[in-house]
Amino acid sequence: MISIRGLTKRFGATTVLDGIDLDIAAGERVAIIGPSGTGKSTLLRCLNYLDRPEAGVIRIGDLTVDAATAKPAQILALRRRTSFVFQNYSLFANKTAHQNITEALITVQRKPRAEADARADAILREIGLADKAGAYPAALSGGQQQRIGIGRAMALDAALMLLDEPTSALDPEWVGEVLDLMRRVAERRQTMLIVTHEMQFAREIADRVIFMEGGRIVEQGPPSQIFDAPQDKRTESFLRRVR
Amino acid sequence: MRALDIDYMLGLVPVILGYVPLTIGMALAAMVCALLLACLLAVERVARIPVLDQFVQLFISFFRGTPLLVQLFLFYYGLPQILPVLAGINGVTAAIIGLTLHFSAYMAESIRAAILGVDRSQWEASQAVGMTQGQLMRRIILPQAARVAAPTLVNYFIDMIKSTSLAFTLGVTEMMGATQKEAAGSFLYFEAFLVVAMLYWAIVEVLSYLQRRLEGRLNKALAR
Repeated sequence: MISIRGLTKRFGATTVLDGIDLDIAAGERVAIIGPSGTGKSTLLRCLNYLDRPEAGVIRIGDLTVDAATAKPAQILALRRRTSFVFQNYSLFANKTAHQNITEALITVQRKPRAEADARADAILREIGLADKAGAYPAALSGGQQQRIGIGRAMALDAALMLLDEPTSALDPEWVGEVLDLMRRVAERRQTMLIVTHEMQFAREIADRVIFMEGGRIVEQGPPSQIFDAPQDKRTESFLRRVR
Repeated sequence: MRALDIDYMLGLVPVILGYVPLTIGMALAAMVCALLLACLLAVERVARIPVLDQFVQLFISFFRGTPLLVQLFLFYYGLPQILPVLAGINGVTAAIIGLTLHFSAYMAESIRAAILGVDRSQWEASQAVGMTQGQLMRRIILPQAARVAAPTLVNYFIDMIKSTSLAFTLGVTEMMGATQKEAAGSFLYFEAFLVVAMLYWAIVEVLSYLQRRLEGRLNKALAR
């Protein structure tokens, strides 16, 4: 359903992504782990063209975007089939919690306001922030902001949800509530690709774990294999360091 | 030194007050047009559209680089000689157009700086949910830039109200023009111009009050 072929990204002389090939089935939950600076976040950012890859083909359903020929309309279509959860939340600062969720539904998906409002109300209840509907991001804790960041992505019903280290910027006290919410999203078999440093969480929710290093996929497999019986020395040494 | 003719001054106040609507009206019309134009210019300066960008830079440079009075004369007395279409233009319209062009150049630079001051995360979040460049600007970036630019823009509006007095040189009888006529009849120049100065000052004070209230509202989203 989702296929990535030869995805390559360079920043100057440095190759950050070195020809990534990856297939993700509908409903599959894939976790990416690996040392810092190995291109995990860049991979996610290239998948919706927040960073433009130099080469590679991305296919989501019937949409094919080739970096060599990508037009603005195709990039827009790609972004409308994905949702993105940012490490630093990146909520719209001029919108309330409720409006952060309805904004794209109304502006991008052209849903009627009543429908968007109902959807936002349901999501706010689900993420436990119904009482914060009218609050602006600046008045919310990091954990609350990130739950809304996830709620905003949930509302889009995208074919692929991309989550870029969603708990890395959080104070330890807020990590638990955000992990709980992501667990619930994962339980619904939302197709997701998540970059995370939370190994226990990855083991719990992922159907497949990918270990990346130096802009390449070194090893991938079910969590039990990657965490308990890694085949590659580099995976093994990374896991020893983070444990 | 002679005493001030207080009675004359008090009698003059309602006469000049009668021209306040025209002054405010010209300033408001020019402000709305200038804001719209300035937003377009600022967005272009941020997007840097080839060729168009050079024209916009030239436009901004010219209207910031020459005096407003010269621009008004060029527009009202000069241009109709070259472009007969403009021959019938009246002073009020010419003043509004002149003020619009002049102030849009200044305001474009303020708005551009405010746009560039909006955090990168706001652009990325808007792109990530699939907004077009236009939607991203209108819905997310410009509202946030407005909060930053608002104090400066209100200052330009205040400046613009005072600059409407130059319309008197195009034969428009606004506050300044009316004062000039009154003074020419009574020869009490000091009294007349003091009254009009006080009235401009009062208008600006009211605006400064509104400015503080507006900023309070725009800051709402960032209040903890």
